[in-house]
Amino acid sequence: MPRIVVDVMPKPEILDPQGKAIAGALPRIGLTGFAGVRQGKRFELTVDGDVTEEILEQARHAATTLLSNPVIEDVTRVEVIEEDGQ
Amino acid sequence: MTASDLETPLIGGPQPATAGADRALDGVRVGVVTFPGSLDDRDAVRAVRLAGGSAVQLWHGDHDLQGVDAVIIPGGFSYGDYLRAGAISRFAPLMEQITAAASGGANALPVLGICNGFQVLTEAHLLPGSMIKNNSLHFICRDQRLRVENAGTFWTADYADGEEIVVPLKNQDGQFVADNRTLDELEGEGRVVFRYVDGNPNGSRRDIAGISNIAGNVVGLMPHPEHAVEAGFGPDSSARGDVGVRGGTDGLGIFTSVLKKLVG
Repeated sequence: MPRIVVDVMPKPEILDPQGKAIAGALPRIGLTGFAGVRQGKRFELTVDGDVTEEILEQARHAATTLLSNPVIEDVTRVEVIEEDGQ
Repeated sequence: MTASDLETPLIGGPQPATAGADRALDGVRVGVVTFPGSLDDRDAVRAVRLAGGSAVQLWHGDHDLQGVDAVIIPGGFSYGDYLRAGAISRFAPLMEQITAAASGGANALPVLGICNGFQVLTEAHLLPGSMIKNNSLHFICRDQRLRVENAGTFWTADYADGEEIVVPLKNQDGQFVADNRTLDELEGEGRVVFRYVDGNPNGSRRDIAGISNIAGNVVGLMPHPEHAVEAGFGPDSSARGDVGVRGGTDGLGIFTSVLKKLVG
């Protein structure tokens, strides 16, 4: 079944406390190559049948109303992926 | 039949209005919404009764506001804070009624959101901004001093501008954020209702603890006035001086404010 992937990221100007905590933990396991971490969310909306333009539009609507809060988050991706691939 | 007939009174549970209550205030019906995961709904019900009003318990899945004169959206973890705090509750059937009634011009419904209730109000776009995780990353639970910056709202009229109060603060996602233009608007229009005093506990922009909409009928705040309404069950301190152990009742004014406003 095809899936629509929605990626949501905290806005660049919003401090991301969870990302900051992860960035602080990386050196503790010996990984010092990263200057920063930002943590987002990935949603997979499964579609029963073909992904029509109307369904894609519904996914975009879901992305900006329920899945993200435009005050603090950006929708960075709404994209169809095939069965096994990216 | 009243709500107190329906359940066995518990210590700390909803109590009947205090003896000698003002009959006019008693006629004001304040709804308290319960979502799956609400925690402080019973405390809010108690606060309304201790202030002299009548509390009406509302269920988020209903479509009927039961003709209440005001609504409180209480603290807790509605829908487990899944997705974002308040994000799913905002679409509850009763929230549609509340959003419409709260936006209704001159006779708009007074609505107070406490903690998770504040988060629900921002997700519902009744109030601007949003809450993110505390900058310390810790859950904070402590008695917090606030300054009432605007005593002109439905929920603060019983205080004076600049008056300070001490009420409990307890949350993980309490850092109020908004863009600078929104913050300037809030400041310019007198819509910053409460500000943190004696240190900013969570990184909230401009020390903001609570805000209102333009009309002043919708107010949201992160700290918990409903936990500081009855001597013996409140904080150990008060902005009014020494009160003894658990003697703080500085939060009661929030609830008497809306009752008197609606009667007056």
